[in-house]
Amino acid sequence: MHHHLILRVVTKMLVAPIILFALYVQFHGDFSPGGGFQAGVIMAVGFILYGIVYGMEKVQAVLPSWLAHKMMALGVLIYAGTGVVALFLGYDFLDYGSFSPHHPSHGQHWGIFAVEFGVLVTVTGVMISIYYAFASRRPAISDEEW
Amino acid sequence: MMLDLFIDLSLFTMLVATGFAIVKMRRLFGVTMMAGVFSLLSAMLLVTLDAVDVAFTEAAVGAGISTVLMLSTLTLTSRIEKKPVHTPWIPLLVVTVTGAAIIYGTLDMPHFGDANAPAQVGVAAQYMERGPEDMDIPNVVTYILASYRGYDTMGETAVVFTAGVGVLMLISGLRRRRRKHPKDEGEVG
Repeated sequence: MHHHLILRVVTKMLVAPIILFALYVQFHGDFSPGGGFQAGVIMAVGFILYGIVYGMEKVQAVLPSWLAHKMMALGVLIYAGTGVVALFLGYDFLDYGSFSPHHPSHGQHWGIFAVEFGVLVTVTGVMISIYYAFASRRPAISDEEW
Repeated sequence: MMLDLFIDLSLFTMLVATGFAIVKMRRLFGVTMMAGVFSLLSAMLLVTLDAVDVAFTEAAVGAGISTVLMLSTLTLTSRIEKKPVHTPWIPLLVVTVTGAAIIYGTLDMPHFGDANAPAQVGVAAQYMERGPEDMDIPNVVTYILASYRGYDTMGETAVVFTAGVGVLMLISGLRRRRRKHPKDEGEVG
């Protein structure tokens, strides 16, 4: 896609707002629609768009595939780890009240924040990894082939 | 009320038209795009049902990621669907019978918006009632998903992780660990 000047410029302008929107969906999920799953997909879309227009080398320079693979597992670990921390604080698994015993609803906020972050990391990692897996099977095809 | 009906009818009409277009089309690039349109229309229908969180997911995953993955798959296969060798009547019969069975099944379901539906009288009512003081979070979906049903969501995250690992094992470009023998040089696993 080297000669698609408009696509390249528009992509460059869009990637940052897409990632910003993903962060908004993630951290504003308590008040508006959204959460880790949606935010993870949107975050991944930012990288995938960059990868489609600029090529795999460029996007993998930003987010190498080993990092995307590690993110998949890291998110699940963050989620389960939140539950284990609650266990060590003497509460039930995933009982977020444990993070703020005198003010349980604050604990809930922290717990939901943590597990949603875990979901975000896993979903972003999985989506980007799957895209890398498909896209790196073949060299990019020329425009005429479509 | 009239407006609601009009919106529902036009969305469903477009949905069915998209379905027919997908069936008729042979160029897989067009089919992929139509599948994206289908997802977007479904997302709009979910918005009219006030299920914005689900609509959001449908739009992002169905219209966004799926389309990209289908396009990536298209680069690995041919661009034109082959003509079917058998008659279209057998698949049509199967689809009709299955569709009739599904419609027959929905007759037993509670009516739309029924206050006595099993989904409404179960534990959901308690979540709605206790949520505001337990959580102090306005978005019901978020606190049910992440806190009351935290185990389920952990399972979902694990499912997403497993799906990712499965795809990577099947088609990733990850190379097998090279053995030390020089004859394996350049061999891609």
